[in-house]
Amino acid sequence: MTRKLNDALRRLPVWALWLAGLVPLSLLVWDIFAGGLGIDPVRDIEHRLGRTALYFLIASLAVTPLLRITGISLMRFRRALGLLCFTYAGLHVLAWLSMDMGFLWAQMGRDIVKRPYLLFGMGAFVMLAALALTSNNLSIRRLGGAGWRRLHRLVYVAAPLVTLHWIWALKTFPVTPGFWLLVILTLLGLRLAIPRPLRRARPMRA
Amino acid sequence: AVAMQGKASKFSTDQDPNTFEEITNYNNFYEFGTGKEDPARHAAAMTTDPWSVEIGGLVDRPGAYGVEDLAPDAALEERIYRLRCVEAWSMVIPWIGVPLASVLDKVGVQPSAKFVAFETLYRPDEMNGQKYPILDWPYREGLRIDEAMHPLTILATGLYSDPLPNQNGAPIRLVVPWKYGFKSIKSIVKITLTDTQPVATWQAMQPSEYGFYANVNPQVNHPRWSQGTERRIGAGLFGGRQETLMFNGYADQVASLYAGMDLMKNY
Repeated sequence: MTRKLNDALRRLPVWALWLAGLVPLSLLVWDIFAGGLGIDPVRDIEHRLGRTALYFLIASLAVTPLLRITGISLMRFRRALGLLCFTYAGLHVLAWLSMDMGFLWAQMGRDIVKRPYLLFGMGAFVMLAALALTSNNLSIRRLGGAGWRRLHRLVYVAAPLVTLHWIWALKTFPVTPGFWLLVILTLLGLRLAIPRPLRRARPMRA
Repeated sequence: AVAMQGKASKFSTDQDPNTFEEITNYNNFYEFGTGKEDPARHAAAMTTDPWSVEIGGLVDRPGAYGVEDLAPDAALEERIYRLRCVEAWSMVIPWIGVPLASVLDKVGVQPSAKFVAFETLYRPDEMNGQKYPILDWPYREGLRIDEAMHPLTILATGLYSDPLPNQNGAPIRLVVPWKYGFKSIKSIVKITLTDTQPVATWQAMQPSEYGFYANVNPQVNHPRWSQGTERRIGAGLFGGRQETLMFNGYADQVASLYAGMDLMKNY
């Protein structure tokens, strides 16, 4: 069963994931022009981009635990998931710079260093940028497998920061980002709890 | 509903008001949920007729008053006010209402009264958000007596030419245009004159972030976000931001109320 699924996944081209991954963006662009956004479209654009980035981030974090627990391999798609996350994160930041802040650079600079939710968000964004920039075969060769893996462990700092960024931006403690923070911590926990090589591949000991 | 009309007022701004649609579909009214769209979706469940406002404490004529008693048609005024939310967005809203001072005069404020306390309806059956401990229900707010008697402070019962929609705080709400929006308590059922500073819901919950005064002040930032600028709802995708004005632009009328006070401490 797992084998069949993995065979099918192997036949799925990575560009198909990219195509599917850009559907939320197309829907957003459609809503902007069709007037499908709410009373404050700026907020809706920002929030939808940010939320989509987080979903791709979580999907990319789930790849390894999924493989270790179920044997289903989405490893071929992990880079695309990460880069899709960064695409949405970049657009989210761009929407903030332009539509929300109206390019008030001085205020943005002051706010980032002073406001926890912006510091969390920007910190996570810089880390994700470093990961996106090194998400290519050349960087893996240059950094070496171990070095590259060490660098990419940053995602476990960036991901909780993203949810803190969301939580701190609101007035009361919100349920949704709290839930995603829990999911991220669980995924991190699973990686620590289920070490490589895959336990399931080993014969059961009596 | 019957059309409402209020006499024009010199206190109105000449800025363009937001549309009725904007004002009634983008609300903070946590009694109906924390999303801006939740109040428009859920507030219809609230019964606003019959309604009575219990006025008590240090007054000569305590009792249960109807909305008509407090804001009779003949006394209604139109007040087009700027509204600045603590979340750094703003609107311009054409309220219809009466000065709070006229209501307080009606019930006779005793000289020992120093503050006015307000309370919102608590009815979890009709106000879904109250089933969850989002805030310490019922919502409470308060003003110093001179703030309450100030001619800019009104009790609103209408919006444009309509009776106040439920999501905007029907049937009667406070509007204090120089303070952050959360001071302007909605759907009031209780007004109490006291000699001690009353509890205000947000201040009690997070005193480092929300003060009793909550005057709009671009120099005093919310600890988690700046208050220097604001985004006008309805300005479009690239409408940008505008400077937030001291006392939301009402400094000429109200700054004297706070003469000698350290506004960095009394935020």
